[in-house]
Amino acid sequence: MHGRPRKAPKPEDEAASSAKAQKLRALQTQFFTFHHNKIYTKEAVELSAKLLEINPESYTAWNYRKLAVEHYLNLPDCNPDSIKSVLDDELRVVENALRQNFKSYGAWHHRKWVLSKGHSSIDNELRLLDKFQKADSRNFHAWNYRRYVAESMKRSEQDELKYAEDMIYTNFSNYSAWHNRSVLLSALFEKKAGGFLLKEKVLPEEYEFIHQAIFTDPDDQSGWFYHLWLLDQTVTTDSPLLASSWPGHGSDVLLVGDRCYNGSAFSPFSALHSDSGSFPIVLYFNQPVGGVNSSTVTVECGFNKNEDLFWKPLSASNSQTARVWVAHLKVPSSDLHSTVEVSVGHSKGIISTRGFVYSHPSMFSFKVHVQPMERDSSQVSVAENISLREENFKVYGTQSEESIIDSFDQLIIKNGHETTASNWRFEALAKEIECFRELLSLVDCKIGKLTLARLLKAYDAMSYPFANKLVHSEEVLELYSDLMKLDPTHYQFYKDEHSIVLLQKVTSSKESLLQHCFQYKDSASSAICDPICLRLNNLSLSRMGAFEKLLWVQMLDLSHNELQSIEGLEAMQLLSCLSLRNNKLRSLTALEPLRKLKSLRILDISYNQIGDQSIDTTSSIGSRNSKMNQKLL
Amino acid sequence: MDDIPPYPPIDPTTFDLIVIGTGLPESIIAAASSTASKSVLHLDPNPFYGSHFSSLPLADLPSFLSSHSTSPSPPRSPSSDDPNEFSLLEFATRPLYSSIDISTFSPNLLDQHSRKFNLDVAGPRVFFCADKSIELLLRTGTNQYMEFKSVDATFVGDNKGNLWSVPDSRAAIFKDKSLGLVEKNKLMRFFKLVQGHLAGEQDIKISEEDLQSPFVDFLNKMGLPPKIKSFILYAIAMADYDQEDTGVCRDLLKTKDGIDQLALYNASIGRFQNASGAFLYPIYGQGELSQAFCRRAAVKGCLYVLRMPVTALLVDKDTGCYKGVRLASGQDIFSQKLILDPTFKVTLPSGSSPPLPLKEKLPFFSLKDDKGKIARGICITKTSLKPDISNFLVVYPPRSLFPEQVTSIRLLQIASNLAVCLPGMFVLYISALCNDDDQGKKLIHAVMNTLLTVPLDSESNAAVQSETAENGSAVQDETSESSSGGPSDSGEEKPTLLWSALYSQELTLGQVDFICSTPMPDGKLNYNDLIDTTFKIFQEIYPGEEFFPETSLENPEGDGDASPET
Repeated sequence: MHGRPRKAPKPEDEAASSAKAQKLRALQTQFFTFHHNKIYTKEAVELSAKLLEINPESYTAWNYRKLAVEHYLNLPDCNPDSIKSVLDDELRVVENALRQNFKSYGAWHHRKWVLSKGHSSIDNELRLLDKFQKADSRNFHAWNYRRYVAESMKRSEQDELKYAEDMIYTNFSNYSAWHNRSVLLSALFEKKAGGFLLKEKVLPEEYEFIHQAIFTDPDDQSGWFYHLWLLDQTVTTDSPLLASSWPGHGSDVLLVGDRCYNGSAFSPFSALHSDSGSFPIVLYFNQPVGGVNSSTVTVECGFNKNEDLFWKPLSASNSQTARVWVAHLKVPSSDLHSTVEVSVGHSKGIISTRGFVYSHPSMFSFKVHVQPMERDSSQVSVAENISLREENFKVYGTQSEESIIDSFDQLIIKNGHETTASNWRFEALAKEIECFRELLSLVDCKIGKLTLARLLKAYDAMSYPFANKLVHSEEVLELYSDLMKLDPTHYQFYKDEHSIVLLQKVTSSKESLLQHCFQYKDSASSAICDPICLRLNNLSLSRMGAFEKLLWVQMLDLSHNELQSIEGLEAMQLLSCLSLRNNKLRSLTALEPLRKLKSLRILDISYNQIGDQSIDTTSSIGSRNSKMNQKLL
Repeated sequence: MDDIPPYPPIDPTTFDLIVIGTGLPESIIAAASSTASKSVLHLDPNPFYGSHFSSLPLADLPSFLSSHSTSPSPPRSPSSDDPNEFSLLEFATRPLYSSIDISTFSPNLLDQHSRKFNLDVAGPRVFFCADKSIELLLRTGTNQYMEFKSVDATFVGDNKGNLWSVPDSRAAIFKDKSLGLVEKNKLMRFFKLVQGHLAGEQDIKISEEDLQSPFVDFLNKMGLPPKIKSFILYAIAMADYDQEDTGVCRDLLKTKDGIDQLALYNASIGRFQNASGAFLYPIYGQGELSQAFCRRAAVKGCLYVLRMPVTALLVDKDTGCYKGVRLASGQDIFSQKLILDPTFKVTLPSGSSPPLPLKEKLPFFSLKDDKGKIARGICITKTSLKPDISNFLVVYPPRSLFPEQVTSIRLLQIASNLAVCLPGMFVLYISALCNDDDQGKKLIHAVMNTLLTVPLDSESNAAVQSETAENGSAVQDETSESSSGGPSDSGEEKPTLLWSALYSQELTLGQVDFICSTPMPDGKLNYNDLIDTTFKIFQEIYPGEEFFPETSLENPEGDGDASPET
């Protein structure tokens, strides 16, 4: 039962419990003798029942009874009547045990086991459940078992939905009931049963319903949990989509040997230094997918056979699903101007972790220009000399803005087919936003602020490819800043969210992105082409995000932030130079994503907290990194 | 009363206390005094228990009302020259009811089954599950003589015939379909504030200044919309008068009292597992309550004699002190103390004033000053006012039916499952405070016209009809207006009235009595005020005695033969 204060035991309670323990010990000793000697006489089985009635938690006793049942069922003179009586006995024992403690895992499990034998009537189970759920409507054991029973009985989801609704009306502080509702609705969405065909019809009604609970008592958490589920249902598109790629559609990739090509007409965004004779193609999906291979993704070009391409998932865990997939395309070392076409998902096979098939085939193409290698000894060590000092950066010039505009637009894949299908999602989100603004005007409520922030963020994310602007990002940032102050316990969570929104804002438009783009110009260096460095320093970021917009970055300055993790950085396959100076990285394992960055040449991780000490590690960076990843330097 | 059967003489002839009338306050005093080991004689001129708190068969109600509506017949034997050492002061009854209208629209049906009805004389009345009367019942063990059922819901009515459920709990607010989200939030926050305040939580304390201010001002300060304010004031705190019109409001509720009322209501909901609403109603009617206390008193040795009118008060000729009473049987019974039903009064011999010592000694208790009247109505129908629910309360807040309505009108529907009427029928009790009979009639009729179909081909007194037509002007304006837009008007048929009784009851005592009189049925929905007053009377007559000491529960009498005598 809930909401009952715990009372200190009175002396007589303690006496009673010690008497109980004594009785229990005697029973147990005897029981174990029977159990170990495999004695399944009537007397022995009854003893185990007695034991379970006092202590329903005794797993061994439940298992013993299972063995006993099997023993009886395998007797040669076994007939349907005797089977029934044996199993009915079991149900009775379980019921008695549950009366003692209706939250006993062992007892509920045993009951399930007995019913799975298929000899007992299931009709009685609902009646029993009604009794238990009336006694404690939030008993999740009973709700779990109810789902099992309802399924066995083939009781309709609608009937169960009605039951859950009645329970909610009795008391809406009921996680189990709301949870059951979400499970049932999910099942109905999947079944596409009549009336539940469309999420867009059901979800607005569900929002309306949950508002009643949230507005009545914003302090009650169960309603918020259900709302979060609804939001997830609204935002998540079932089938995975390609969010961005590198190279972008219509872009020109310039591959040079060990130095940039001077006087190029190409944007520095797409000039790539490569001495390995290959360059990566990166696919960035909106959710983790599996099944990306040369048959689901075809790359057509004049110089490389599609079958030779090996697609690799980029994820922290070594699972076969990831949001980011990479393949390396080999290029000949001669002059080349060629068009590459990449088709994603034209043959089925890409599938999301939630089991949805990639069903919107898309295609992008780009041009590759290869400059022959020019070995020049004076330039070889340019990488080693790079130093990310303030005086080495200059604001990225406006002279090449044209090309940047192009490049920027090429960063995003536009999924036009989503516009019409998503209208109801927009409407639902807009309505929710209005609703929670109203709630916040009435009460100061942390979870309300968090929800509004989530809603605004979801709305922006959904409208982004069309609106080209994140209209609510300022408001979202403010909400998270507010929450950091209001709720210090969850500071880090809000900080992380704040960081990601900030990054999304920075990367949302070319104007804002340009403010962070600098040309690297080392006074000592004679390099003709100045590489572009994205400087996201001093933003007090605690997490990285917005990777789908940053796949092109080769030089990244993340110094003077509060990064504790660089999770997701593995998506930035072109990174060759990275500064993580002055952050809060605590261990080498936090640097794990760097293992997957094959082009990384320069890394600064000085002034972090690796080894719990904030020490200058610049001097030993080489050795540290070589320990960590020999390929890094 | 004219036809008194021969009485066996009562023995003994001397008691500590004589109580006349078996209304609730008298019955409680009889029970409390008996429990305090006093010898008590409890008399009632009626052949039933409960007096003005009784529940009567349908045919008996009109005669009971009219017997208390006219001035009593002159004393039968005005023999002031009594040979004894006593002066005789004749008893008379004070008229309590006026403008009684009985209308029958289905005479056969009702006449044949008169005894199947138990109609409360002082309805509508309920028990709050957590109120003083329930505590008293439990403490005294009197609950064993009664059975209750839950009054399942409270509604607020409007002039279009709609009944809006009162969101009186968290679950009810959640479920309510008529409240907006903002209203739900504000209401729930208000409830939480009150709960926090009552629980003594540190950070949510309502300031003393607020507590002393009018409740309606506090509700305004909390930003509650008018609809919710009205719910709280009239359907939960049960205020009688328009709280926003200080000109007419005679019971301006302070925040402190309002919050106490909310606390009572809140504690009532869910106190008993099988009572879904805040209220209880006794099976067989409210009359059971007085009778239960009489049984309680009888168990403790109180002597009961019904059908026994009392004709005169015996006063010591020399000292003017009370000595005893003369019964209609002619027997004189003596006691130290006397408690009288409020309808009795003592007629002084013409030209004489009460002996001085008596005057000083006895008038220790008097009821409050002019409180006007209460209009009551009892209606019987064959269909429930609301489908799927049979026992419920409806409140019409001031000015909800017509602009001149300054008091709340309350209506209680009780169904046959409470054994108050024929199976399938419903009894509606309606009441409203008023200044005079006409105003009272108008209030009761306004509710009836809104909710019921009153058949025109009645064989009964035309008074009702003309009354309806007359005051209809104000009321009908509203209803005709609503018939165009009101959704409830078009669809369902209103229940048809089968029988009705309308009457006004006095709430005032014309003179300060010099004998201890118990209070009349008041205009409240529950018994709390009556029990408070009763307790005070008990303290006055037995200052040193405990009012039902706790121990009385520990030796409950078990045997069934401990029933009141008749």
